Amino acid sequence: MPTATASQTIGPYWHLLEEKGWDDLTRFGPVPEGAARITLTGVVTDGDGAPVADGCVEVWQADPPASDDFLGWGRAATDAQGRYSFTTLKPGPVPGRGDARQAPHIAITLLARGLLKPLVTRAYFAGEALNDTDPLLAAIEDPARRDTLLAREAGDGVWQFDIRLQGEGDGRAETVFLDV
Amino acid sequence: MSRSGRLDDAARDPIPFRPFSPGTQPPYDAPAYLSTRARHPARPLVTAPHTVTETTGPCFTPSRFPALADISATDGRAAQGERIIVNGRVLDEDGRPVPHTMLEIWQANAAGRYAHLVDQHNAPLDPHFRGVGRVFSDEQGNWRIVTIKPGAYPWRNHANAWRPNHIHFSLFGQGFAQRLVTQMYFPGDPLLPLDPIFNSIPDAAARDRLISSFDLETTQPEYALGYRFDIVLRGRGATPFEDGEHR
Ligand SMILES: [Fe+3]
Repeated sequence: MPTATASQTIGPYWHLLEEKGWDDLTRFGPVPEGAARITLTGVVTDGDGAPVADGCVEVWQADPPASDDFLGWGRAATDAQGRYSFTTLKPGPVPGRGDARQAPHIAITLLARGLLKPLVTRAYFAGEALNDTDPLLAAIEDPARRDTLLAREAGDGVWQFDIRLQGEGDGRAETVFLDV
Repeated sequence: MSRSGRLDDAARDPIPFRPFSPGTQPPYDAPAYLSTRARHPARPLVTAPHTVTETTGPCFTPSRFPALADISATDGRAAQGERIIVNGRVLDEDGRPVPHTMLEIWQANAAGRYAHLVDQHNAPLDPHFRGVGRVFSDEQGNWRIVTIKPGAYPWRNHANAWRPNHIHFSLFGQGFAQRLVTQMYFPGDPLLPLDPIFNSIPDAAARDRLISSFDLETTQPEYALGYRFDIVLRGRGATPFEDGEHR
């Protein structure tokens, strides 16, 4: 059998796909009882510290479980300052491998000109007790690197998660990217 | 995620997708493609064992994401250029069809210009061609679009750089880790050996599978030439027998 088809860059003209509202994961239905609507936002910068202004950011979360009212997936473009923003529901913990429980997280796929294949990362939520035992976070030894996966609360229900594609040039660590 | 013990078990130890075969995917750092210079990670990636986050994914339905399978005309007015039919199958690495999965496509018009503000190539826009389509694979993984053969276009990567004719494809498959964004090329294109994006894939056979084939069976008399492009998504790591148990 043939192997999986090769990836190619999404290029600078992917905005042709962009549709209004895809950055709001709550657009299909009411916010279920017990769920909290949040904003996940951040700035994407490259190895020169320059904003990535033509990026396609996609999010996927396994919790709350997908339903007719909640697809669990969204797409947003970065703006001229490299900023993306999503409206979604705060995820709860999900099962890991074996007996592990994973801390609440949102999976992120970044596609852009200059990326021949997607960059994948995860946004965890600073302050969650389960962060201390999350298997993926635990596998990252350097605390400064581990911190790159933590979104910080920047206001009521607003979580800031910046993505640094490369390098430590301005003192900030390169975001941990995942081999999935 | 706790409606039954069985669901919990599946969510706890889902069957992972297989790793990619060496050489069949491009690297992040490809010096001949200049835009990779400041955008590739310099640190090694961290391996993420597949959990429910990686093995499940969004379920797109035509009711919420309407299909647009013929983009060769807009409001009944034919776009300029050579009308083509492109079809193929979505399969996984075990040869099984991937049914009911969403494919997004986008491309330049026949003159090599995107209907996109950033594209400043001095070639005409076509009011009857927007260059965006969306289709779903059927039960057997088959899909089909009608469009216009895209033109080559210049880019500033190196002196006299031109992208070969291509159609961009985006697929989601059945899990987050199956996501694929790629480009389909056309047979016999003299620009292919010169293109750093196409040539970023180390394995020649994997590269060549991005080139569609002319297909007389798809070709319709007095209407349009046909091309075939099969797309293969990552397979699951387990044997088909075990896999069947969990589906
Ligand atoms: Fe293109």
